[in-house]
Amino acid sequence: MSVENAARAPSEAWDEIVVRVLKANKVELIAYVPDKVLAPLIKRLHADDYFAVLSPAREEEAVGIVAGAYMGGRRGIVLMQTSGFATLPNVLASLAVPFQIPVLMMISERGTLGDFQLGQAMVCRTMRPVLESLGIEHHAITRLEDVEFIVDSMIRQAFATQAPAAMILSPLLTKKTARK
Amino acid sequence: MPANEMKSASRDSAKLMNRSDLCRRLVEKLVHEEAVVGGIGHTHFDLWASGQRPQNFYMLGSMGLAVPIAFGVALAQPQRRVFALEGDGSLLMQLGALGTVAMHAPKNLAIVVFDNGVYQITGSQPTLTSYRTDLVAMAKGAGLAQSAWAADEAHYDRLVDAALKAEGPWFIAARTDAQPPAGVTERDAAKIRGRFMQGLGVSR
Ligand SMILES: Cc1ncc(C[n+]2csc(CCOP(=O)(O)OP(=O)(O)O)c2C)c(N)n1
Repeated sequence: MSVENAARAPSEAWDEIVVRVLKANKVELIAYVPDKVLAPLIKRLHADDYFAVLSPAREEEAVGIVAGAYMGGRRGIVLMQTSGFATLPNVLASLAVPFQIPVLMMISERGTLGDFQLGQAMVCRTMRPVLESLGIEHHAITRLEDVEFIVDSMIRQAFATQAPAAMILSPLLTKKTARK
Repeated sequence: MPANEMKSASRDSAKLMNRSDLCRRLVEKLVHEEAVVGGIGHTHFDLWASGQRPQNFYMLGSMGLAVPIAFGVALAQPQRRVFALEGDGSLLMQLGALGTVAMHAPKNLAIVVFDNGVYQITGSQPTLTSYRTDLVAMAKGAGLAQSAWAADEAHYDRLVDAALKAEGPWFIAARTDAQPPAGVTERDAAKIRGRFMQGLGVSR
């Protein structure tokens, strides 16, 4: 088996694949506000010297940092959960979209498929309407075999078209796979 | 840093200066293509009026994000000095950013806040700094040790000189008067971004 095939073996967890695809696309600045589902990814990123990992106090701040870094020539991504995304419409509508800055977002989708908190569930319902009203490209990742393709293509398209992009980690990926 | 330069005035004793003048004073000192991010409110208007350098970024929204944006630029280009210019109302909206900057301590970042005590652009309603809030005390509390109120123009000049020479991060606060800004920024977001990136030597 070639090295490449070995790397693509299905035994890789979603978070391992994400790390590999971020590196392949030279996305090295990580700004996150934590989420339990994202915890294994965050741990992996912290442990890897390739990445500069920041944990600002708010998601808006994270978007500002990643936007500034892009303009300075360094690629970054914001990691957050759905409630974090709900704090972002203003900065997306006034910074990322009009200034055409490819802010990458990876959002762990909480409040659906077995979440027991009404607050999370209500917040979750605001996410897609916001993304759609701002015309921001977004896809949910539901299957392990799609992680590489979706993350890689969305990152490439974001930089090629200078547009923000939202990769949504569905519980179908993060919860169901983990249960196996 | 020599103690006399960093010696802070108190907010009450700091002289009321003029934002347009302070912007010009800062920009005159920038001879190494330093980057400057101008916050919303009247801050970016006066940055614009001080001369449209390609290394200036003018914010047209996202109140409070001048510091995070400037921090991002500073992370991407550690060899370049970067200034965030912000109003008091804007800074108050994103105070956590001071802690983030303190934690990562970018040597090439300076934050300059123009504290006029009001949200001037929306009709001069008082901000918290008109009551009991002291932004230098907050910056110090956030972990930014090199934080000071500029006592007057000469002291402001020395603080900016220090920020241009010595290791940051820096937090320089100036009390400013009620004068209107000296110009109006041209609001073309894509052009501002493109020009800024060019000014920073970044191609897409
Ligand atoms: C999130 C958000 N809330 C409110 C506003 C409206 N707004 C625009 S500028 C501004 C005041 C800015 O005040 P300050 O930073 O002190 O600058 P100054 O106007 O005094 O120069 C306000 C409240 C906004 N643009 N965004």
